[in-house]
Parts: sequence; structure tokens; C-alpha cells
Amino acid sequence: MDYLLRRLATFPLVLLGVSILVFVAIRMVPGDSITAMLGTEAGLLTPAQRDSLAAYFGIDQPWFIQYWRWVGGILHGNFGISVTYGRPVLDVILERFPLTLELALLSMVIALAVGMPAGIYAATHNEKPSDLGVRIVAMIGQSTPSFVLGLLIIYTLSAGFGVLPAMGEFAPLWQDPLRNLSQLILPAITLGFAFAASVTRIARSAMLDVLSDDYVRTARSKGASARSVIWRHALPNALIPVVTLSGIEFGYLLGGAVIVEQIYALPGLGRMVLDAILQRDYALVQGSVLFIAFNFMIVNLLVDLAYVALDPRIRLGEQ
Amino acid sequence: MRILRAVFRHGSGRIGGGIVCVYLLLAILGLLGLTPHNPITQYRIDRLHAPSAGYWMGTDLFGRDVASRLMAGIGQSFTVAFFSVAFATLAGTVLGLAAAWLGRRWDGVVMRVMDVLLAFPAILLALLIVTVAGPGTWTSVVAIGIVYTPIFTRVVRGPALSLKTREFVDAARTFGSSSSYIVTRHLLLNLVAPLTVQVTLALAWALLTEAGLSFLGLGTQPPAASLGLMLSDSRNLMETAPWLMIFPGLAIMISILGFNLLGDALRDILDPKMRRALA
Repeated sequence: MDYLLRRLATFPLVLLGVSILVFVAIRMVPGDSITAMLGTEAGLLTPAQRDSLAAYFGIDQPWFIQYWRWVGGILHGNFGISVTYGRPVLDVILERFPLTLELALLSMVIALAVGMPAGIYAATHNEKPSDLGVRIVAMIGQSTPSFVLGLLIIYTLSAGFGVLPAMGEFAPLWQDPLRNLSQLILPAITLGFAFAASVTRIARSAMLDVLSDDYVRTARSKGASARSVIWRHALPNALIPVVTLSGIEFGYLLGGAVIVEQIYALPGLGRMVLDAILQRDYALVQGSVLFIAFNFMIVNLLVDLAYVALDPRIRLGEQ
Repeated sequence: MRILRAVFRHGSGRIGGGIVCVYLLLAILGLLGLTPHNPITQYRIDRLHAPSAGYWMGTDLFGRDVASRLMAGIGQSFTVAFFSVAFATLAGTVLGLAAAWLGRRWDGVVMRVMDVLLAFPAILLALLIVTVAGPGTWTSVVAIGIVYTPIFTRVVRGPALSLKTREFVDAARTFGSSSSYIVTRHLLLNLVAPLTVQVTLALAWALLTEAGLSFLGLGTQPPAASLGLMLSDSRNLMETAPWLMIFPGLAIMISILGFNLLGDALRDILDPKMRRALA
């Protein structure tokens, strides 16, 4: 509890740092957001029109006033107005977030469903040809960038089967679950492949560590079946590194998978931030980076709390 | 020398080391311009030529030789990867040592700043930096370097903190050794092993990030070649000219595989716990 409070107390500090960093960085991008928004039409604006637009988006003030207003607004739940979308930043983010969350969850499910059994299998067949096979596939999986795999999948589908991944307008899960799944399954496999490879490797090595422990030997010698030794005795302890890895990876995926979203033309958080940076949409970049950083910190905290649940011996904050 | 021999004896070390050596050779040839053709010359008459004796890996939409562009691209990607990892190693080591040695307020400030950088998703932070400074080779170096600095800071700070409390450091202090001598001689030398492993693995990530940035059009700028850029350009021609996608894709994958294998081997060799277990 004490640890939780102390960790939570560092949140505002880190978020303050992130907010300052992103605020300064996006203002250093050459060019201004009104020209980026209107393109060549910006040249047709009279100075008065330009000024009133700048005043509307609050970018006519000195930077410290802008920052002060922005932070003050956030404390009241107002993240500002996006120049590109002409709507509140939080609305735009929350509209994109479900896709990113779903994609991250789906990739993690694939990674765990494939990686855990593969890792356990390899560990229980240590140094046999099948173990070597799993390790080689996992190593290749970990070295395959998502964009290479994504392109390969699209190519195989289109050249081999004459089909293209479901693109077009994105269907949210609650509106059309089938179409939604058909749109997200390939991107999830693309992201889940390397993720599964990492899970396999870490599950294998954690399992090997645990299987050589004394208590496992004791369980074996008192006649516990091989299955019971693996599932009841070894697995719970081997889970800790897997949880850490999956948590961190999941936290990263919540920040959006820019490249995979780009390849599969998905309107996720990653692509939105990329476009916002290129469009110099100050409020949207600032808001979304803060949102992503906050999620990342929450996930990390949950991972730490999961340790305690998995291993009661761990007392957080005492290292 | 001993490490080299150990890498050679280690199964995955041999394969990883071999891959890395071949790539280094290709990178050097690519950078020196010793490629089969000029990587930016357009042989218009041979546009989208399939792989053949004249063009080992075919030609692209502009009739440029893919094999030559691949070599130039490997040179480009490796340049960015090496310099960015060098940047991150140097900055991370200095910051990590400073945080561990000076302690208290310094430690707090340095580590909080690193927390802030770590809370950013890596590719977004790199994107932001590249957009601020404008795309290009050296911007990529700095962007990727900054992104990976926090990891090196952590890798250095943790062990440095525990080394700081060891007897030999106390002894050195009693002998009147200066702080800078203790930090460079006693702390840094003991950190070479974890740093070597980290550098090798970071090279794999740096190659990946560089390819990602170029893929998004924010890394190396055309007409110069880069693996990510070649892959991105291949997207619309995937069905008519699959070689445009397959060769750069494989080239990126195998290079990352090489560094990952080498990193794994080095970890086995240099991590004393593992070494004892292997013996």
C-alpha cells in the first residue's frame, strides 16, 4: 500500500516532465499549424483572419501562457481543440483508442496463446531436436520487424490466394464484430508474432530455471505426476518474467503501432500521433503523448502489483 | 581475444558473428561505392527487370540496381546504427555513472529525466525529434541515440551502485585515489561486460528503428538508398516485382538476427552466473 502510494506520487512528476518535453519539442518543429492545416489556402487568409484563427486555437499567446493554459485545462479535463479535426482533443483520442486497445489485447492473446505452450514445451524437451526447433523459430520471430512480416503476409495473401486484407472503413467491435475481427486479425498476428517469440524465449528460460529448483525435485520425488509438476508447481513461478515482458510490451502497444497501422491502413492511435506531428497539431500531439505516457505508467504499475499477486515473497519497494 | 575465441566456440555466437562480419563487409563496400552498379544511376531501359546475371536482385521502378542499392542501404543503416548506439552508450554511461557516483539529488534528477524519456514510446520520440530537426542521416543518429540513452543509463547505474559499496572501492578511497580514477578504473572497467552485451542488442534495435523511420519516410531521404525506404517503395509493386520487397526485407531481418544471436552468445559468455552454470 505504501509502495503503491509512493509510486503514484511519482506519476505527476513524470507526467509534468513529459508535458514540458512534448510541449517544447512540438513547438520546435519548423512551420506553423495554421499553414499546415490549410495548406496553400493559408496564403489567402488576411492577417486579421489568421490572427483570429490563432486566437481561437490559443496559439497567439507567449509559450509560457500557452503552457499554463494547457496544463490548467487538463486539470479540468479539457485537453484543448485539435486544429486538424476541429474537435476536442480528448474526443479524438478516445475515438481512436478502442482500436489500439483491441489490437494490443489481441496481439497479447496471440503471443501468450502461442508463446507459453511453445516455451513450456521447449523447456520440458530441453536440448532435444524439438527444443532446438522452437528456439530457432523464436529467434527468427524475434528478429523479424513487424513491417517486414506485415508486407510478407499481404504479399502471400494477394499473390497466393488473390485476396487482400480487409481494409476500408474501420468497423468498431460493438457495431460489427465479425468485420472488426477480420480487419484486426492480420495486424494482430503481425504484431503478435515477434511478441510470441519473446514470450516463448522468456517462458522457456524461466521454466528451465524453475524446473531445476529443489522444490520441483521434491515434488517429483514424492511421486507427483509430470503434468502436476509442470502445471501446479513450476508454472506459477515461471510466470513472473512472462508477466513482466508481456506487461511492458502491452504498454508499448497501447502507444499505438505506427508502422503496422500504416501498412494495414488502420485508424489507430499511432498513426493519429504521426499525422498530428506532421500537421503540427500542437494540442493533439501534446494530449495524445500525455495520454500514452499515462497509460504506459499505469500498465507498469499493474505489472509490479502482479508480481506480488504471483509471488507473495516479493515485497515491493524493499529492494 | 579470449572473448573472440569463446564467441567462435559458441553455437549461436559463430552464426551471429559470421552474419555480422558479412554485413560489415557489405556495409563497407556499400559506403565506399564498390557496388556492382551505381546505386542511384537509373538504367531506364531495364526498369523492373527481374533478378538476372546482370542485375543479381533485379532493378526497381527507376531501373536502379537493387543489389547495389541494398549494399548502399546496408552501409547507410549500419552507419546510423553504429553512431546512434555509440551516442547512447557514451551518454548513458556518463549519466549512469554520474547518477550512481554522485548519488542523492543528482541520482534523483537524472533518473527522473530518464523516466520521462522512457514513458515516451520509442518510435514516437524518435519521430518527434526527426520532425523537429528535419529528416536525414545525422538526425536519425541523434534521435535513435536519445531514445536508447535511458536504457544504457539504467544498465550502468544499477551495477555501478552496487560496485560503489564494494570493499575494493573503499580500499581505493583509503589509498587516496581520486574520484575520477575510481570511477573510470574500478567502476567502468567492471561494467564492460554488461555494456558489451547491451551494445550488441542495442545495435539490433537501432537497425530496426532506423528501418522503421526510413519506412515512414522520416529517415534517409531519396535518392539515397536505405533498407526501410526500399521496403516502403516496394509496397505498390509487390505483385509485379516481389524482389523489391523480398531482398530488403530479408536483408533487414538477417542483420537483426545476426546481432541478436551475437548478443545472446555474448550474454552467455560474459554473464558470470551463466558462465558458472555452463562450466
